[in-house]
Amino acid sequence: MEYTVLIFILPLLTFLALGLLGTKLKPNVSGSIGTTVLGICALLAYITAANYFSMPRVDGVRETIIPLHFEWLRFTENLKIELGILLDPISVMMLVVITTVSLMVHIYSLGYMHGERGFQRYYAFLSLFTFSMLGLVVATNIFQMYIFWELVGVSSYLLIGFYYTKPEAVAASKKAFIVTRFADLGFLLGILLLSYYTKTFSFELLTSGDSTLFSQAAGTTFMGCSVMSWAMALIFMGGAGKSAMFPLHIWLPDAMEGPTPVSALIHAATMVVAGVYLVARLFPVYYLETPEVLVLIAVVGAVTSLYAAIVACVQTDIKRVLAFSTISQIGFMMVALGVSGLEGHEGLGYMASMFHLFTHAMFKALLFLGAGAIIHAVHSNEMSHMGGLRKYLPVTHITFLVACLAISGIPPFSGFFSKDEILAATFAFSPVLGITMSFIAALTAFYMFRLYYNIFWGEESSHEHTPHEAPKSMTLPLVFLAVVTVFAGFIPFGHFVSSNGEAYTIHLNWTVAISSVIVAVIAIAAATALYKKKSPVPDRMAAALPKLHHAAYRRFYMDELYLFITKRIIFNHISRPIAWFDRHIIDGSLNGLANVTQRVAYAIRGIQSGQVQQYVYVILLSTVVIAALVLWFL
Amino acid sequence: MGYANFLYMKGELSLVAIIVILFIYDIFGSKKSLQYYQPTACILLLIHTLINLLPGSETVAFGGMYHATPMGSIVKTILSIGTLLVFMQANSWLKSEQIIIRRGEFYLITLSTLLGMYFMISAGHFLMFFIGIEMASIPMATLIAYDKYRNTSAEAAAKYILSAVFASGLSLYGISLIYGTTGSLYFEEIPAGLNGSPMQIMAFVFFFVGLGFKLSLVPFHQWTPDVYEGAPTSVTAYLSVISKGAAAFVLMTILCKVFAPLVTEWRAILYGIIIVSITLANLFAIRQQNIKRFFAYSSISQAGYIMLGVISGSALGMTSLVYYVLVYMLSNLAAFGVIAAVERQSGKIMIDDYNGLYGTNPRLSVVMMLALFSLAGIPPFAGFFSKFFIFAAAAEQGYYVLVFIALLNTIISLYYYLRIVKAMFINKTETPIEHFQTDAYTRISLIACSAGILLLGIISAVYEHLNDFSFGM
Repeated sequence: MEYTVLIFILPLLTFLALGLLGTKLKPNVSGSIGTTVLGICALLAYITAANYFSMPRVDGVRETIIPLHFEWLRFTENLKIELGILLDPISVMMLVVITTVSLMVHIYSLGYMHGERGFQRYYAFLSLFTFSMLGLVVATNIFQMYIFWELVGVSSYLLIGFYYTKPEAVAASKKAFIVTRFADLGFLLGILLLSYYTKTFSFELLTSGDSTLFSQAAGTTFMGCSVMSWAMALIFMGGAGKSAMFPLHIWLPDAMEGPTPVSALIHAATMVVAGVYLVARLFPVYYLETPEVLVLIAVVGAVTSLYAAIVACVQTDIKRVLAFSTISQIGFMMVALGVSGLEGHEGLGYMASMFHLFTHAMFKALLFLGAGAIIHAVHSNEMSHMGGLRKYLPVTHITFLVACLAISGIPPFSGFFSKDEILAATFAFSPVLGITMSFIAALTAFYMFRLYYNIFWGEESSHEHTPHEAPKSMTLPLVFLAVVTVFAGFIPFGHFVSSNGEAYTIHLNWTVAISSVIVAVIAIAAATALYKKKSPVPDRMAAALPKLHHAAYRRFYMDELYLFITKRIIFNHISRPIAWFDRHIIDGSLNGLANVTQRVAYAIRGIQSGQVQQYVYVILLSTVVIAALVLWFL
Repeated sequence: MGYANFLYMKGELSLVAIIVILFIYDIFGSKKSLQYYQPTACILLLIHTLINLLPGSETVAFGGMYHATPMGSIVKTILSIGTLLVFMQANSWLKSEQIIIRRGEFYLITLSTLLGMYFMISAGHFLMFFIGIEMASIPMATLIAYDKYRNTSAEAAAKYILSAVFASGLSLYGISLIYGTTGSLYFEEIPAGLNGSPMQIMAFVFFFVGLGFKLSLVPFHQWTPDVYEGAPTSVTAYLSVISKGAAAFVLMTILCKVFAPLVTEWRAILYGIIIVSITLANLFAIRQQNIKRFFAYSSISQAGYIMLGVISGSALGMTSLVYYVLVYMLSNLAAFGVIAAVERQSGKIMIDDYNGLYGTNPRLSVVMMLALFSLAGIPPFAGFFSKFFIFAAAAEQGYYVLVFIALLNTIISLYYYLRIVKAMFINKTETPIEHFQTDAYTRISLIACSAGILLLGIISAVYEHLNDFSFGM
């Protein structure tokens, strides 16, 4: 399967070509180059997946294949950095997800970004992102993953700040970069700790289930916890940053300042699930060595999910609603991993998490692309500028509805199946958690339909010109993703991906399934009653609990809290003294050196008189002095 | 003594051959054929460089008078490359009105001084060494006086010859004292006779002055700015790199081979001289307005850095010294190539005249910038690596304080090197130097220097090749 190398060499070449040629290419030429190449990549990814999953299992387990592997940097015997490609069920699945969504976004952007300044640059960045993301998922070792992890961060930064003349976009890109970079610091520390004690970066060794590898790290304790727990928790911190887990989630809503297709690709389907992917990649280590960190992951996932769902209920910017919904859904995936076991049917959570990752990528990309079509039509992100759009945007309307039904968990759409597995897994772990997650699922259905009705139903607001349906290049990806969303639930997912590589047959847990559908239907009904026609009830509810409503609207003041900590505490009490020290002590001493130099240089200018007899005299005198000094002192 | 001994002196012989050929050509060549004089000289020197490119093996000839080492022949190659670059840069000056009729002399005298340096490098006996050093310095005075109708040129030559004669006298006095106390002038035999008596230390110090003068180390440096300013620019270039490079290498070999028993003494002397050379030269350089005077002080301070390799006395020190000389030669010749071109074109030699040069002559400005960055030791240019290695060599022998002082001085040097960069790129002026085309020879030499500045540091093979032939105490 050596051809898999092409899957990510090609986007890299595209990036270099488009980036270097820049505006020398016509916009539509660079657009078609990018899209065609991505089409080829997607095709190769499908072939890889078909070949990989058709291979017979060895001892009932799916094999891990490494088609490419070489040493890149060697520091010492043990410490060496390797690059390679690792194919196993989850990385192959991610290859398919990334190339599919990326291809859809490439096609969609041909229409959406048409006529934008920097069109070529946009496609170059998209290629860079695709390359980095693909490199991340096929990494053979944790250090390679970290390299691509940072590359993904950079390309996300570049794309969020694509409209670099807009101050909000610049601020958002900086925020995203700094917050995720802060989290990556934890990741790096975790990697260093882990590799220091285990003497390896390789995923294959780490996840082989060999406990002796970790005995040294597990035996050493630091501040009451074993070093192993610290390392794994720090690595999870990196994942939490990229996946926007509470309290590191603050960058994702702002990241919506980027072009909408970018939000669909990076901030809904691919990059933000990197954290989930990271935990899944190291799952055996988490499960066998540090189960307490796994509990932490479940708790963080649940808190994030609940928090984001509540906030999503009151947002008025449609992309923000989708952003919080994304955070909430990723929380679901994290919870599922947190409650999962490793062997047999205990591995339900792992399978469900990956399944949800897959289906969510499709329907959330669909939602974002649909939102893009709506914004394209009305030139606004605010719900109040929408309403009654179903007449004008029929294709967008239907596909958006399909996605809403999927995320709400209504059968037979894909979201039902994956979410149902997650709920079943949480109920099996703890009924309290199960009920919480069911409640969040109900909230999800509620806010999604609130969004849906506010956009497509209700009163029409006045438009400058009649909104019109998007061009073919934009509706085509919508229809494709909608079809995937309708049918993806019937994929026997456990057959392909499971926690230990053995085939896993999914059984619907009827109690959970029926109850969750009923809950979702009730939530949708409530949303219908409140938002389908203009009704005074929502306003009255908001007025009855003004503080709660306002707090939720301001995202429970998380951004303010961050600002308080950074500006008031860190800037004032740490940065300022350091800046003072730098300006007065360090700069001062250098300025002093410069001053003294200048003065001395001025003072000694008389020595050089221009008279040769004096020069000779100096030579003679200094010769004698040197000889005398040497004789005297040595 | 058989005449077969001459066969060991391949480099010297081919150089003599070139001198003879050029001499005959200059005298008997028709006026028409003389227009090919410059390319002939360059090509002959290039051939000479190429046939002597391989380091060869260690040979002793004429009963120990002549002692060639592989490292010495590498240094000779470096010097002849530098001379070739100087020839190419000097072409347009030599074609000017008053000079053209005696153009041939320039090549002959320059090559004679080079021959003197060759003998100096391969000397195995103090007499040989002294003849070499005199051969390299007396003709130099005529080169400095080459623009004889210009008063400053004549004045510079007078200052040079007077100081040089005085320094040589002291040096010769030192050598005679060495002979008197050890009974030999052979490098091989002297160490056995050295016992560190006051007389010998005196002898060493006097001897040292001769080379210290050539290297223009403080306090034997005062002739440098006056001579550099007055001499024709191409001669200044030659003086600042070729003669200095040869002297530095010879000093290191003699200190390591002959004066090894006095290591404590010469290390102490060098220690002090390095500090004052680098610091004082830097302080003077800051206030210079004339760019040639400026480069005089810069070269004094660079000589101080080169001495860091000598003081280490190790094989690593020799490697970094030769590497430093190579890099310094390319950087300085790039700078002087630009200065010579600008001077020929506009007659301007003040730093302020360079204001706005980037706007009119961007390529020359970039070459100058590369040269200055390399001299200041900014990565990734070769000058960074040469400084790094020479600091490493000194630090390896435990001279941490010395290296620290040298480091502090690089900060100061950065300031004055950047002054010129600032003048060229940032300062605005009403009357910048007009745009002009340099001749092909200058352009090739500048391209070669720039390529060296950019590549030498990155290609580690150069450094490793040098390291194979190094020796220390």
